[in-house]
Amino acid sequence: METLTQPWPWYVAGPLIGLTVPALLLLVGKPFGISSSFRHLASMCSPKTRVAYLRDNDWRSELWSLVFVLGVIIGAFVAAHYLSNSAVHLLPDHYRQWSGGLRLFIGGLFVGFGTRYADGCTSGHSIMGLSNLKWPSLLATACFFIGGMVSIVVLDALFPMP
Amino acid sequence: MNLVFALLMGTIFGTVLVKSEVASWFRIQKMFRFEEAHMFLIIGSAVAVGVLSIVLIKKLGLRTLAGEEVTIRDKPYQKGVVIGGIIFGAGWVITGACPGPIYAQIGSGEYWALCSFIGAFCGAYLYALLRPRLPH
Repeated sequence: METLTQPWPWYVAGPLIGLTVPALLLLVGKPFGISSSFRHLASMCSPKTRVAYLRDNDWRSELWSLVFVLGVIIGAFVAAHYLSNSAVHLLPDHYRQWSGGLRLFIGGLFVGFGTRYADGCTSGHSIMGLSNLKWPSLLATACFFIGGMVSIVVLDALFPMP
Repeated sequence: MNLVFALLMGTIFGTVLVKSEVASWFRIQKMFRFEEAHMFLIIGSAVAVGVLSIVLIKKLGLRTLAGEEVTIRDKPYQKGVVIGGIIFGAGWVITGACPGPIYAQIGSGEYWALCSFIGAFCGAYLYALLRPRLPH
């Protein structure tokens, strides 16, 4: 139980995440990916839409994706409340106020827009795409990191750490 | 039945994201600043296991539980891979989360991450609206 309550090392977490690839392919018959859930939720919430990207999306056939992210929420809850000795803080304190919430919303806009435009996130491209040896996914992953590193530089310049 | 497996896989995945701190804004900062190898090692070892698993599935001709052939939808190159990828990278830094960890942050009790989720939902919607005008 002691080892379970400590933060898990990379050689446990990485392989477990990697096993999601065959597990989903064989047990659910679907390739691993999470950002598509935003599309399916949007389609689900817009039954009469004329927007092609949402209208032409058969979200009912991808219900597994919405159930999967529900599982992510549940698993995270279990991990934080039953598998941890101390309180789990995944966000910095300066985000826990409305100015922080606004920044998270804007960041979220970038995540939702960017992943759908790229047709995948770290799960869909960096894990699934690379596991399938697809070069566009390698390019996507490189761009994720370029975008991140440029943002760090820009944000550091705009909001220098005290 | 496959929905039950999806729920189970998601639950395990969510547990791993929190316990290994992949969903932690702090770890993502360290990753992008190259201050530690943790995230790179996780992604690297995950891909190694993933590559091996797909090789085995193909070599052994494994089929899905429903008896179907394993097919993976192709994600061909289009300009969004680059433009969208860079935009997502910026969002990953700000929120400290990619899509999976957004859900994990919420589940772990970081309810301010709901702002990230609402933003992501709106971002996806915005893409849907702008899509016909965007370079692909």
